[in-house]
Amino acid sequence: MRTDDLVNMLSTNLDAVDWRGISRRILGGAALGAILALVVMMLLFGARTDVFDLRAWIFVGIKFAFAGAIIGLSLAYLLRIARPSGEKRVSLTLIALPFVLAFVVLAVSLAMAPPADWRTMIFGQHWLLCITCIPLNAIFPFAAIVFVMRQFGAPTHLAQAGALAGLAGGSISAVVYALHCTDDSLAFVALWYGLTIGLCAVVGALLGPRLLHW
Amino acid sequence: MRSSETELKGLMIAALSGDERAYRELLGRVTRLLRGYYKNRLVQATRGAADAEDLVQETLMALHARRDTYDPAQPFTPWLYAIARYKLIDHYRRTPGHRANVPIDDVADIVAHDDQSSSESSLDLDRLLDELPSKFRTAIRRVKLEGLSVAETAAREGLSESAVKVNVHRGMKALATLIARGRKS
Repeated sequence: MRTDDLVNMLSTNLDAVDWRGISRRILGGAALGAILALVVMMLLFGARTDVFDLRAWIFVGIKFAFAGAIIGLSLAYLLRIARPSGEKRVSLTLIALPFVLAFVVLAVSLAMAPPADWRTMIFGQHWLLCITCIPLNAIFPFAAIVFVMRQFGAPTHLAQAGALAGLAGGSISAVVYALHCTDDSLAFVALWYGLTIGLCAVVGALLGPRLLHW
Repeated sequence: MRSSETELKGLMIAALSGDERAYRELLGRVTRLLRGYYKNRLVQATRGAADAEDLVQETLMALHARRDTYDPAQPFTPWLYAIARYKLIDHYRRTPGHRANVPIDDVADIVAHDDQSSSESSLDLDRLLDELPSKFRTAIRRVKLEGLSVAETAAREGLSESAVKVNVHRGMKALATLIARGRKS
């Protein structure tokens, strides 16, 4: 095929396109995934029993703030990385910040408590449920975002794009899990929420090159 | 003739809103930039420039299919360069026996080479079209190759105009995927 003929073909009857579409679809995909994760979580485990207690919402609020910050950051960066050369406008330092903060919170809250309490602070009652639920439920938002990226995106750094999709999936799933989770110690939240969301990002980075190739 | 970022960006923004002449002009310039870039890179990697035109066309096709990922608030050249580099790395990966060695370089690199020689690739459009589902193939033939309007095509094929548009759009995307995949083997 001659390149001139290709150029001719591509420009004949050119259609207008909506450059905002990809951003809208990523946010839509994330929202859809969040709803699915929420429905599954509520059907299987329900909300925490004291969900109407104001005190409970202080703890829910802390978890929302942590996971919510990561959701905001990862979605904002996903909108960039979905486009070619978008990786240049992604700051890995900023992404690491919530995790560094979580580590500091963990260290400080353990340092301030007597070592005899550490066990309860760290493992709470349901740490196993936490580290199972968050990654598993993250599959819904992760899959939805990956689907949209594959169909409509053009990321040029696939590992980073996958990591951000994993980060968004993990943090969305963490917010959903926070509605059920009654382990309220700061150490618990910092450790297990931080670890599971981080794990989702690592898995996303590993899957990215395979899933997002175009 | 060198193309400036401002010119290219202006043409691209016009093309996004459906300006055919601007797009034709843009693709002409982009073709020359890509050709220079790929020849240069392939020679540097001691692979010979024989594949350059295939890469140029694959990149043009990918650029077209994903042109809505260009954000007008951002500069055009890095966007183009990122696609070109992505396709080059992909090319290295699927050609066995060579290690992917793509130097990290700046955007100035892509505007440094401007190659006007006209060329032909090893891609066979008719054969590629035959691999597409027939509704995509027909839509592309009528609208993109024969130059019939969407309305005429719709009337002739007994479809709605939006169905024809969707078929062209999806067909071009499928074609881009086909070219990327086909060159892999």
